[in-house]
Amino acid sequence: MAGLELLSDQGYRLDGRKAVELRKIRARMGVFAQADGSAYIEQGNTKALAVVYGPHEIRGSRSKALHDRAVVNCQYSMATFSTGERKRRPHGDRKSSEMTLHLKQTFEAAILTQLYPRSQIDIYVQILQADGGNYCACVNAATLAIMDAGIPMRDYVCACSTGFIEDTPLVDLSYIEEAAGGPQLALALLPKSEQIALLEMNSRLHEDHLEKVLDAASKACRDVYAVLDRVVRDHVQEVCTLLGE
Amino acid sequence: MLKSKTFVKKTRSGGVLKIVREHYLRDDIWCGCVGCSTCLQENPVLQSEPVMESALCDKPHYILPDTNVLLHQIDILEDPVIQNVIVLQTVLQEVRSRSAPVYKRIKDVISKPEKHFYTFTNEHHRETYIEREQGESANDRNDRAIRIAVKWYNAHLKKDSGDVLQAILITNDRRNKEKAVEAGITAYTCEEYIKSLIANPELVDRLACISDEQHEIESGRILFLEHIPLSRLQQGIKSGTYLQGTFRASRDNYLEATVWIHGDAEENKEIIIQGLRNLNRAIHEDIVAVEMLAKDQWMAPSSIILQDEGQNEDDMENEEEKEKLLKSTASKSMLKPSGRVVGIIKRNWRPYCGMLSKSQIKEATKHLFTPADRRIPRIRIETRQASVLEGQRIIVAIDGWPRNSRYPNGHFVRSLGTAGDKETETEVLLLEHDVPHQPFSQVVLSFLPKMPWSITEKDMKHREDLRHLYVCSVDPPGCTDIDDALHCHNLENGNLEVGVHIADVSYFIRPGNALDQESENRGTTVYLCEKRIDMVPDLLSSNLCSLRSDGDRLAFSCIWEINYNAEILNTKFTKSVIRSKASLTYAEAQMRIDSTSMNDDITKSLRGLNKLAKILKKRRIDKGALTLSSPEVRFHMDSETHDPIDLQTKELRETNSMVEEFMLLANVSVAEKIYNEFSECALLRKHPAPPLSNYDILVKAAKSKDLEIKIDSAKALADSLDKAECSSFPYLNTLLRILATRCMMQAVYFCSGMDSDFHHYGLASPIYTHFTSPIRRYSDIIVHRLLAAAIGADCTYPELMDKHKLAEICKNLNYRHKMAQYSQRASVAFHTQLFFKSKGIVSEEGYILFVRKNAIVVLIPKFGLEGTVFFEQKDMPKPKLFYNDEIPTLTVEDVCFYMFDKVKVKITLDASNIQHQKIRMALVEPQIPGFNVPKQKYANGEPEQKKCKMDS
Ligand SMILES: [Zn+2]
Repeated sequence: MAGLELLSDQGYRLDGRKAVELRKIRARMGVFAQADGSAYIEQGNTKALAVVYGPHEIRGSRSKALHDRAVVNCQYSMATFSTGERKRRPHGDRKSSEMTLHLKQTFEAAILTQLYPRSQIDIYVQILQADGGNYCACVNAATLAIMDAGIPMRDYVCACSTGFIEDTPLVDLSYIEEAAGGPQLALALLPKSEQIALLEMNSRLHEDHLEKVLDAASKACRDVYAVLDRVVRDHVQEVCTLLGE
Repeated sequence: MLKSKTFVKKTRSGGVLKIVREHYLRDDIWCGCVGCSTCLQENPVLQSEPVMESALCDKPHYILPDTNVLLHQIDILEDPVIQNVIVLQTVLQEVRSRSAPVYKRIKDVISKPEKHFYTFTNEHHRETYIEREQGESANDRNDRAIRIAVKWYNAHLKKDSGDVLQAILITNDRRNKEKAVEAGITAYTCEEYIKSLIANPELVDRLACISDEQHEIESGRILFLEHIPLSRLQQGIKSGTYLQGTFRASRDNYLEATVWIHGDAEENKEIIIQGLRNLNRAIHEDIVAVEMLAKDQWMAPSSIILQDEGQNEDDMENEEEKEKLLKSTASKSMLKPSGRVVGIIKRNWRPYCGMLSKSQIKEATKHLFTPADRRIPRIRIETRQASVLEGQRIIVAIDGWPRNSRYPNGHFVRSLGTAGDKETETEVLLLEHDVPHQPFSQVVLSFLPKMPWSITEKDMKHREDLRHLYVCSVDPPGCTDIDDALHCHNLENGNLEVGVHIADVSYFIRPGNALDQESENRGTTVYLCEKRIDMVPDLLSSNLCSLRSDGDRLAFSCIWEINYNAEILNTKFTKSVIRSKASLTYAEAQMRIDSTSMNDDITKSLRGLNKLAKILKKRRIDKGALTLSSPEVRFHMDSETHDPIDLQTKELRETNSMVEEFMLLANVSVAEKIYNEFSECALLRKHPAPPLSNYDILVKAAKSKDLEIKIDSAKALADSLDKAECSSFPYLNTLLRILATRCMMQAVYFCSGMDSDFHHYGLASPIYTHFTSPIRRYSDIIVHRLLAAAIGADCTYPELMDKHKLAEICKNLNYRHKMAQYSQRASVAFHTQLFFKSKGIVSEEGYILFVRKNAIVVLIPKFGLEGTVFFEQKDMPKPKLFYNDEIPTLTVEDVCFYMFDKVKVKITLDASNIQHQKIRMALVEPQIPGFNVPKQKYANGEPEQKKCKMDS
């Protein structure tokens, strides 16, 4: 029997979601005391951890320093136990390097780096469990961690992936949906200004469909934003009550 | 937009990999009942007062079939009487993984609003989802899930409507039914329920008879070895104990079959199976597992013809005698790898056409059904309408084949009409060749443009206005689906502009919608002798797309700048609007070209085209393109009775080849363009070179006439065919070409990313595709979409860029084209029969096309008819036969037959078997003492019809 039915005639996906529904998001901020900022996020079965250090002085070669803004240093890795088969190299392979670069681009666009000339901000993200949308989970986790560290940003950076199957955009793809091989798009959005921090696409999608998919993706990002915002507010309230005592 | 959802993790362990998947449960899945006040649904489909009157259940009710009922009783569920059915997601998913055809059928049923079928997504419903328990099999779990869902429905309906409505489980599984009753659910077997329906007693005939294997075995003698279960078969195949292959029954001998082994193994590719026990209930096209027999038990393919004539059911002794007969006729040198079927990997049953052989016992309700396809065994069915159905063509589906039964069991599906009727027989041949021919469904038609339709400003985007050009179309007379039109005019720089304009079908058929899916499935328009089964609805094929000369039409144009040597200087593709100035027939176009008085723009254009076409053709032939031949005939139909009254061979004019030449040119140009743009996913057509051994018969035959055919290349073949002339025998060349055609391979569609050999042997072109007939070929629609994307006139869609999807499409198209060809042949054969029926006995001259061991194949050019003259006949003394394979010749008594010899035969229609009427040929000249038919025996024109037998 050919393949899986990714979207049933009744409009349900394999895991029971409708096309525009996100997976369940759960997140916590400030999970590690040692780091300047940290956060943990679960988007369905994709679990990611982000840790932020800085801003601090440039480490290593001083020549890297920029006189007008901070250097954003990112590292993306995947835990060896994050996938079904044990991963050999947690980071440094082609895919991870690419992901690292994407994260760097995303956050250079969002962090107000000009406030910290000649300094450095380190963002470390790790996928603990991978089930699709790794980049997006990392971005969302890193956003929370940066907030936790108190580093000013233009806006939240919210990311969500979107696929396109049978003329319908599916948001927040799970691993099986990604593996089906259709076109997919990852969008990182600054929701208030609707500015795009990063847009990445796999396989071919005709430009006529792009708008539809993009609309669905930015709608999904705003949904992610609503959840993240709630998390941040709850966290702040929690910290306030603790401090208040 | 997160809903509050509980979520449960499902762990599926397969092999070493642990797969964890999320599974969301929802509380916004509604019941689908009209008038339910609890559910917030938009379009409920289940009627609030279902009207199936059952003697078992007097209250209005919905029925919920389980997986097996749905799989086996789909014929019943499709009946218009059955309405208000709840199909559970659990059931639908199981059906999907177990049978693709049934899945498609049930989906069609669900989409029909008048059937009121509702799909309940129970696996994602918070109250109906269950987890598999420890030690519970997947099947048991699903059965339980179904029961839970029925229970939920009953509770839900009760809450809302009181005690009025009910949901009933239909299951044939005894255990499941018992458990359901225990849990307080009303459950019936399918049989119980259908028999209880008050208004519709005839539905019972359509019930599939599924017997409980265990139960059957206790009664009656076991005739067959048990089939080995699938899991053990798979192990055996892996370890090499068993071989997996496709079972192909022999057409001529019901005790023999061949299994084509899957995979690339060189040896034992083809395994012979002989004898009922070894065939072990496998049916033509099944995927089976076979075990090889030891070498000393190998058998030879028998050359005798055996038809199953037994009326007496379980007469195995008789069979054994026949099997001995097989062995005795086998010669040692012919022994082939042999085996026996040990198990079935996948059944490929379909509904079969055929006729009922009524049981001789008067009150019997069990009868044997004889399929029209000889490769299918007879099927035992139960019906109370036997005397009505006798003499009709009916459809029967197989339900199973128990071990103690000589024949498989099945059930009656529907009747097609009286055998021999033209409509009935046409229906039969369409069904037997799997040609989708039902009227287009409402869903499909809903995607047609709304009439009156006209070209709007918006459509002109990306489109050139070519309405000023002198475009005309040239087609056979009576053609209403005009795909192509042409123009040609002089350019100021001294060159010529030539345009091929093709109907813009892809403008009307958008990817992925129901209309597109339907035409994709149909794949091609099928032309029968007096009927056309359209690939796209009539509104498109004969009106909006057809490039008639009655107004503006959208087209896809391929325009070249060509010099007078027919060299292409420039190629341009564009979507366009054209206005054809004339729809000509080949004859009319020819007349204009030849006329000395006509000098209008259309005529000038035609002359230009004709001149270029001749150069193009010559160049193509110089490169080695083949001109082959097949005798084609057309029937002249009586306008009142639609019976064929005369035959005529197709006449070929210069203009035929003129149009063809430009179509070829357009196809090649487009093929290059789409391949350059989409090297991985271009849909192309190739024609592989045949293996040299295919030509043996051609070379030998030519040699016997002192002619030489060279086969080292297509060019050599073409040249030697041209030279193979015989002044005293002008028809010889045509015969050689007919023979050469038979040596060729089939041309096929393929996806460029999946293949490396693109060559088109027959056209001597390195690359080729089909672009010019989108109204009647789906391949061309895909090619149009690719070309439109390549020039930026339309957009791509993910499936178009997916080479695996495209390869799947190609596979279907190749299958449909083959089937279309077969059904066309069958239709010609049927009409030839009608023709000879009215004509009586005819004596005609013909040529021997092949000689066989005990027969000669004769071609009668006048009728384009081919037939076999057998020299061995029942109830006749056998003449002395000697067959020489080398030349080849067949010597009968003292007359020697060579290929291409001229003979005279008598043609009659043999109607003794109503299911397989046949044209019979008997030798008149040359004389063979004691064999020939006397010239004037049946002077009244009636062949003997007394020996009427139901089947032979
Ligand atoms: Zn309800």
